[in-house]
Amino acid sequence: MDTHARPKQLALVIDLNVCVGCHACVTSCKEWNTSGSAGALVDEHPYEANPTGTFFNRVQTYEAGSFPDTETIHFPKSCLHCEEPPCVPVCPTGASYKRKEDGIVLVDYDKCIGCNYCAWACPYGARELDEKRKVMTKCTLCVDRIYDTTIPERDRKPACVMACPTNARLFGDVNDPRSEVSEAIRDRGGYSLMPEWNTQPANQYLPRKIVPAVAAIETPAAGAR
Amino acid sequence: MHPAWPVIFFTTLAGWAQGLVIALAAGSIAAVAPTRELMLTGLATAVVLLVAGLVCSMLHLGRPERAWRAVLMWRTSWLSREVIVLPALIAWLALWWLAEATQQSSVVFPALAIVLSLLLWLCTAMIYVCLKFIREWSHPLTIANYTLLGLASGMLLTAALGIVTGDARYAVWCARWSVVLTTLALVVRGASLTRNRRLRPVSTLQSATGIKSPQIKQMSMGMSAGAFNTREFFHGKSHWVVRNVRVGFIVLAFAMPIVLVFISIATRSGVALFAATALQFVGLLAERWYFFAEARHPQNLYYQVIG
Repeated sequence: MDTHARPKQLALVIDLNVCVGCHACVTSCKEWNTSGSAGALVDEHPYEANPTGTFFNRVQTYEAGSFPDTETIHFPKSCLHCEEPPCVPVCPTGASYKRKEDGIVLVDYDKCIGCNYCAWACPYGARELDEKRKVMTKCTLCVDRIYDTTIPERDRKPACVMACPTNARLFGDVNDPRSEVSEAIRDRGGYSLMPEWNTQPANQYLPRKIVPAVAAIETPAAGAR
Repeated sequence: MHPAWPVIFFTTLAGWAQGLVIALAAGSIAAVAPTRELMLTGLATAVVLLVAGLVCSMLHLGRPERAWRAVLMWRTSWLSREVIVLPALIAWLALWWLAEATQQSSVVFPALAIVLSLLLWLCTAMIYVCLKFIREWSHPLTIANYTLLGLASGMLLTAALGIVTGDARYAVWCARWSVVLTTLALVVRGASLTRNRRLRPVSTLQSATGIKSPQIKQMSMGMSAGAFNTREFFHGKSHWVVRNVRVGFIVLAFAMPIVLVFISIATRSGVALFAATALQFVGLLAERWYFFAEARHPQNLYYQVIG
């Protein structure tokens, strides 16, 4: 198969089997992205009753089924870097764009007028207006990190991927059929969020598979002693 | 969605002005021409209203000093197209006013003014129509609503200006048309209210999370306090408030203006006509608030429970 048939599309694949809901990806995302050249991601009233702030990544928790047959699913949520991003064509200034070279959807903070229209046009609520800078912000897939040749090659991954203690976040080119992410999607039933709007999200999720507990096998050797 | 006052005032004021422009232009083309005084006053009023609307729309921006950039993406963005058509209409009306003032007007002025006014309604409405997953908006009825509400209120405003400038004949002509258009607007708004009430959500918690279970509930949205996502996409008002705003705009924008215009024509009362105009404007602000409040954004599925 021609591996260059489709343009490069970097994305995250999130494994719901192993996400434990620790929020390490949330805090490391905030840490990396508030420390960059674009300026701090605002936190307002951090020590008061109603703190609020700009985050590119959240971990949500859902409960499926009815008692006693319930499961708890921790669900990380960030920009999906859609292949058909509805947020891009609506932008009146061209500040929102999708990079041709790697498919990352970005906002040029110097061109954004803060009209919020792109946020309205995203069915996933992936964009957040930074209330201090008054421009739209979103996950950049750590574009200022993954190409940084001054850090070791193994660290050239998004901050959330580096932080995940259970390796629930895979990162790579989903249009390269031989990549780790493509194999995970193919072998483990990767799926998109809200496929009904045909946004073709690049980020995908690996569904939970409940593996029944394996009963310990009684062997004579185990019984003796 | 959270109704934003700058956008509510911008769309209502601009719609009023566009209706006023069409009322003046239609009359001058159909040879029931308004007096020169009404024409000059009306065009000046339209320019003032549109400039006020433009200022309101700038207040909506986080970075108004960069607003000029919004003309750049006209190939793909209806917002960009609106940002081009609005100043074009203002400029053309200023030229028309000059032509009227120097008595050099021709049919070109009202003709292009009508085209630009209609185009502005199309652009404004398409900003909402093109968001296909906000299904309350994504329907041709949105275009019909913006156009008819602007036409109806603009006709009534022209009638009121006709009284002010002493053109009673044109005032009565416009007042009659305003009744027809307000009735038509009520029918169309009623149709969209009925449609929106019957809508069943396409996106569900299942499609939003990909979790197959028929029973899913959110335990935590991942934060303890609010964020942009919990402010921008929720109106935050009770059902009671929303229901009463709906009743309020039906009474103020449609029912009372129609009754008052009938009273005004029957009793030759200017006061009733002024009251109708003012009440309808307030009613249209409420209608526009409701237009935003009734739209349910699918992202809200992700922000149900603080946990």
